[in-house]
Amino acid sequence: MLKIKDLRVNVEGREILKGIDLEVKPGEVHAIMGPNGSGKSTLASTLAGNESYEITSGEVEYMGKDLLELSVEDRAREGIFLGFQYPVEIPGVSMVNFLRTAINENRKYHNQDPLSAGEFLKLMSEKKSLVEINSDLTSRSVNEGFSGGEKKKNEIFQMALLNPRLSILDETDSGLDIDALRIVANGVNKLRSKENATVVITHYQRLLDYIVPDYVHILYKGKIVKPGDKSLAMVLEEKGYDWIKEEAGMEA
Amino acid sequence: MKENIMGIVTETQDTVRKFVSMYEEHRDELLAGDPGFVSGMRQEAIEHFERMGFPPKKAENYKYTHLEPFFNAALSTHFTPRKLEFDVEEIFRCDIPTLDTHVILVLNGFYYTSTGEKLVEQESGVIFGSLREAVSRYPELVKKHLGKYADFRNDPFVALNTACAMDGVFIYIPENKEPDKPIQIIHLLLSNENEMVQHRNLFVAEKNSRGEVIICDHTLSNHLFLTNSVTEMGVGENANLDVVRLQNEHNYSVQVTNSWMELERNANGRNSTITLHGGKVRNNLYVKMKGEGASADARGLFLTDKQQHVDSFTLVEHQAPNCTSNQHYKGVLDDSSSGAFTGKIHVFPDAQKTMAYQSNNNILLTKEAKMHTKPQLEIYADDVKCSHGATVGQLDENAMFYLRARGIPKEEARLMLMYAFADDVISGIKQEPLHNRIEELVSKRLRGELSKCDNCAINCYD
Repeated sequence: MLKIKDLRVNVEGREILKGIDLEVKPGEVHAIMGPNGSGKSTLASTLAGNESYEITSGEVEYMGKDLLELSVEDRAREGIFLGFQYPVEIPGVSMVNFLRTAINENRKYHNQDPLSAGEFLKLMSEKKSLVEINSDLTSRSVNEGFSGGEKKKNEIFQMALLNPRLSILDETDSGLDIDALRIVANGVNKLRSKENATVVITHYQRLLDYIVPDYVHILYKGKIVKPGDKSLAMVLEEKGYDWIKEEAGMEA
Repeated sequence: MKENIMGIVTETQDTVRKFVSMYEEHRDELLAGDPGFVSGMRQEAIEHFERMGFPPKKAENYKYTHLEPFFNAALSTHFTPRKLEFDVEEIFRCDIPTLDTHVILVLNGFYYTSTGEKLVEQESGVIFGSLREAVSRYPELVKKHLGKYADFRNDPFVALNTACAMDGVFIYIPENKEPDKPIQIIHLLLSNENEMVQHRNLFVAEKNSRGEVIICDHTLSNHLFLTNSVTEMGVGENANLDVVRLQNEHNYSVQVTNSWMELERNANGRNSTITLHGGKVRNNLYVKMKGEGASADARGLFLTDKQQHVDSFTLVEHQAPNCTSNQHYKGVLDDSSSGAFTGKIHVFPDAQKTMAYQSNNNILLTKEAKMHTKPQLEIYADDVKCSHGATVGQLDENAMFYLRARGIPKEEARLMLMYAFADDVISGIKQEPLHNRIEELVSKRLRGELSKCDNCAINCYD
C-alpha cells in the first residue's frame, strides 16, 4: 500500500528526515515511536502533503501511484487521512458545512453523487456514536473552543466519516485522559479492516495497550533506528529512549 | 492640463470654482419651491464649501483617497429629473423576494414614482417618500432636522451636497411608532452619459420609535457615475434605528457616502455597510451619542478586486456617559485592489462609563493588494473601557492545510475561509431574509459569480 524509500525532508533549510524506509501493507498497524524532535510529525505531515516541507530526495509509492506528485486534497481523496496532532480551529466554518463539503468532495472525486442532507445526517449520527462525540460539537465551528480531548475525538470522527485506506494518526494520544484515550483507541480499532492500514505515531507506549501494532519503528534523529514488533514498545516503556540514543550513538 | 483618470477626461478649471459656478448658474432651480429655510442653508453651505475646498492630497482624513480629481471629471449634472427612455421597473426588480419592504426608488438622485405619489403617509403618522416633496409639504417638520446632523460647516462634501442636492428620501417615524415593514431605498444610476449625482436622505426616528431601513446602491448603465450623498439620521430618546446599506456599483463608479447619526438618551443606532462592488468608494460615518445610555453598532464589510478601492472612515463620539459603541470592519482584498480604514473613538470629558470597542481585520489575497488601517482613540474621561485592534494578514495556512487534508480542493478551501472571515460582520444583520440574501451575495461575490447584479438586465461589469 505504502512504500517509502530513502525519504529526506528539509524544514526551513534543516534536514529533519534523513532517509526513511518504510513499507505498510493493507490490514497492518504500524507504530512509529521516538523522542521529541525525532521527525515523527514531519513524516506524518509530509505524507499528507504539507507544502511547507521540502522533499530533497526519496520516493513514496502509494497504491501504485507516486504519492509525492499528488496535491494535498488528492492524497486525501485517494484515501490518506492525517489525524492532526494539533487540530486547527477554524472560526466561522461550521462543522456541518466542513464535513459535508469534505465528504461530497471525496464522493465527487470517485464519481459518486453527493449525499443528500438526510443521508448526510444519518451518516453523521451513525459515526458520532462510534467516538462518543458530544452532539452539540457538530453545531459549532470547526474545533473552535473544543477541549483537547474533544479535538482528538473529532479527528477520529472525521476518520470514521471519510473511511480512509491509510490513516496516519499523529500523537492522537497526547493530552488525552485515560477515558478519552480509550474512546479514541476504540474508535480506531472499530475502523480497522483487512483493506485499510493505520500508522500510529506516538511518544508513549500507553496508546499501544489499546491499539495493538503489528510493527513498531523507532525514529531517532530523522532515521528509523530500530524496527521491531510490539515487544519493542515494551522495552522502550521500561528503559526509556536513552537506551536508543546510546545504541544509535554507538552505531554512529 | 488634462489628466486621465480611470479612462475619463478631467477638466482644466479649478474644481471648487466649477461647483460654485454651477451653484450660481442653477440657483433658480435649487431655490425653487423653498418654503423659506432652504435657501439660506444652501447659500451658507456653498460659502463654506468655497472656503474649505476639497481636502488636499495630504489631508489626514483623506490621505488614502484623493477625491478631487474625480470631482474635476467632465460629468453632467441635472437639476431636474430627466425623462428616461428606459423603463426602470422593467429593468430593475429587487431580487430579495422574501424581503417584504416598502420600496422607494431614487433614480439619479431624484425620487422616482410611476404613480405620481411622492409621499406615503401612513395612518400611524409614519411618512416616507421624496425629501423635496416633504420640504414643501411639511416645512416645519423638515426644518427641525434638515442640516442639523450633518456638519456642512466643517465638511466640504457635506457642504457641497447641502448646497446642491435636489432630492432624496425622507423618512419620519413619530413617537412610539414603527412602520409596518422595513423601508427599502434603492438608489439607481442609469444614464446615457457620464453623470454626477448628489442626493440627500433624512431619517427621523422620534422618541420610543423603531425603524429599519435598507439602502441599496446600484448602477444600471455602463457610464462613469460620481455620487456624493448625505444621509442624516436623528434617533430620539429610546428609539431604535437600524440601517443596512448594500453597495453594488460597477468599476467605473465613484461613490462618497456621508452618513451622520445622532443618538439621544438610550437610543440605539445600527449602521451596516456591505460593499460588494464599486470603483472607488469612500464611506464616511459619523455617530454622535448625545444622550446618556445610547448605544451604537457600526459594521462594514468590503470585498474588492481588480483596481477597486474602498475607504471607510468612522468617527464615533461619546458625548454623554454610559454609552456603548461597537465598530467592526472587515475587508477582503484581491488582485491589486486597495482599501483603507480610519476609525476614531472620541470620548468626551463627561462621558464616564463609556464602553467603546473597535476592530478592523483584513485579508490580502495577493501581494499586490494593499490595505491601510488606522485606529484612533481620543479619550478625555477616566472611567472608560475602550479597545481597538487592527490586523492585516493572509488566509491561515494551517487552516488551509487542514481543510485540504480532508479532500477539500484548494479553491474551495480558500472560499470557505474567506467566507468564514466575512461572516461575523454579516451575522450582525438582524433582518432574516436580508441577512440570508447578503450571505448569498457575499458567497457569490467571493466565488466570482457576481459578475453583474442579479436583478439587472444590463451587464455593467467588465
